[in-house]
Amino acid sequence: MNVVPEQKTGRTRPGPGLRAALLVLPLLVFIGVTFLAPLANMLVRSVHDPVVADALPGTLEKLRDWDGRNLPDEAIYEALAGELLKSREDRTLGQVATRINRVQSGLRSALTRTARRLGNVEDGPWREAMTGIHAAWGETGTWLALREAGDRYTTRHYLNALDLQRDPGGSIVRQPEDRRIYLILFWRTLLVSLGVTTLCLLIGYPVARLIAHAPPRRAYLLLILVLVPFWTSLLVRTTSWIVLLQNQGVLNDMFVFLGVIGDDGRLAMIYNMTGTFVAMTHVLLPFMVLPLYSVMSAIPRVQTSAAESLGATAWQSFWRVYWPQTLPGVGAGCLLVFILAIGYYITPALVGGSTGQLISNMIAFHMQSSLNWSLAAALGGILLVCVAGLYVLYDRVVGIERMRLG
Amino acid sequence: MTTTAEQGFWHIAYLGFCALVFAFLIAPILVIVPLSFNAEPYFTFTEGMLRLDADAWSLRWYRQVVEDEEWSRALANSLLIGVSATVLATALGTLAALGLSNPAMPARRFATGLLISPMVTPVIISAAGMFFFYSELGLAQTHLGLILAHAALGTPFVVITVTATLAGYDENLSRAAASMGAGPLTVFRRVQLPLIAPGVVSGGIFAFAASFDEVVVVLFMGGIEQRTIPRQMWSGIREEISPAILAVAVFLIVFAVLFLLTVEWLRRRNAR
Repeated sequence: MNVVPEQKTGRTRPGPGLRAALLVLPLLVFIGVTFLAPLANMLVRSVHDPVVADALPGTLEKLRDWDGRNLPDEAIYEALAGELLKSREDRTLGQVATRINRVQSGLRSALTRTARRLGNVEDGPWREAMTGIHAAWGETGTWLALREAGDRYTTRHYLNALDLQRDPGGSIVRQPEDRRIYLILFWRTLLVSLGVTTLCLLIGYPVARLIAHAPPRRAYLLLILVLVPFWTSLLVRTTSWIVLLQNQGVLNDMFVFLGVIGDDGRLAMIYNMTGTFVAMTHVLLPFMVLPLYSVMSAIPRVQTSAAESLGATAWQSFWRVYWPQTLPGVGAGCLLVFILAIGYYITPALVGGSTGQLISNMIAFHMQSSLNWSLAAALGGILLVCVAGLYVLYDRVVGIERMRLG
Repeated sequence: MTTTAEQGFWHIAYLGFCALVFAFLIAPILVIVPLSFNAEPYFTFTEGMLRLDADAWSLRWYRQVVEDEEWSRALANSLLIGVSATVLATALGTLAALGLSNPAMPARRFATGLLISPMVTPVIISAAGMFFFYSELGLAQTHLGLILAHAALGTPFVVITVTATLAGYDENLSRAAASMGAGPLTVFRRVQLPLIAPGVVSGGIFAFAASFDEVVVVLFMGGIEQRTIPRQMWSGIREEISPAILAVAVFLIVFAVLFLLTVEWLRRRNAR
């Protein structure tokens, strides 16, 4: 140990604050690189998309001075023709066409067909040649869409995610009725989360109270009953609900056997909102019961007995003495369940059918199926802001450092 | 004033309600176990099973899972990714918890908030962000990428459990050891670590369980070569429903109960 010589030479040892920071630093760097950087990258992606701008720089440069009312002049057609051909050669045309198509649908075929046929066109005038290949080049809307898709930085995806868009004049308006999808989903996610949180509180509170005031051995056994689902794989629990609730499932078979329903009247309890709701409540209930339990077990039993011996009814002693003291647990449980609920993905994806999908499922859809990653990132960005807000609230109300597991 | 009879009624109603909630929590998990021994490829009890007909029960789905190469590869992947991620998460998380438990730690609240954030961030967002970022680094569809991702998602569990254990640690023990000439490393290794070990192990189990059950990041970032058990179950549920996944489910339930009992045992040991 070289502690002594160190002190002799008078070298200052790191202060306790610095030493603590040095211990935390490795994990901070690790989380920064493996987790926070990916989130930041996603947020950048939601406003930044250089593909079109990189593929058609000359065209976009010239379009900047265009008035937007009359068709652009020949020079712009010529620039676009050249860049489309180059983009086709570089094999970026598909990506470019997809992005422009998202601004105005129908332009994908216009772009690919034009690029394919332009190879046979030797010389201008380009405007006539291109309009001859596809009528879209004779409409100003096409060029407006091109200009919009060419923005390197754009709020378009966020507007899209909120069912908004810019009209040709540049002001923000709502999407046409038939294209409004996301606000309804956000709204549904909010309602389902609130519903699940309320249900968890209503059924979790009495149970937590029972466990908290049972004799130690029994309390331990009851707690295990809550912890088994907490620890059991989410996929296993979802499978269980499929087994129980599906059309030919255990519950329907039982109802038919008991004569509650006829064989042709089997209840649709899964692959719809009911399935999502029941399975989510099952998964999230332990997150309500555990914080409630830990708060309740610190409340001395004698308090309510004292209140009742002083003449309070059972209800009064509960409502005026017991309930107020459990509020920290209620807050912690509700916030935790709500935070977990609004980002829920796996259960709705497996048992939600088409009507039980939440906003997370839409993010997954744009990630995996439509491949509109910018929109997925924007939807994720909005959800992330909501969760971050709730997380800060949780820290204020409960305190993150008081979070306990199991 | 309420009569005793009335109170008795409400008390029984209360107990009955609680019993129903416990049934709601446990029954879905229990129902899987007998169904996994179904001799028929159905997800429900056959008449033979209810009559306790020996022929209606079988181990065929267990046999199918054990003999299936895809499931054994999935198990190997789950173990490799889970264990590596756990080691990484436990080491980094324990160090960080030691720092965070020190009142002198600057910006303690903010740092704790950042380090716990992977646990509350919706997993779809983490998975999407990681997919973009890790693809750019060439880490998508590699085991290393998944190990790093799962380690990041697992660290909050370690930080929380170890911080909780450290709250019950008496700093005077460290001071006493230091006053007798032990260096900081010796104090940690010989005095502090043995005392907080239950918390560290619990945190590790939590981190492992989180990785062992994680499917969304694997779905986005893993290729065929990185299929894990949850990923395999996911396809099982979505594509070709077969009672084989019930057999796997029973195996996972056994795992869960073992994890749970270990963590609870460590917690009680620590409390004493």
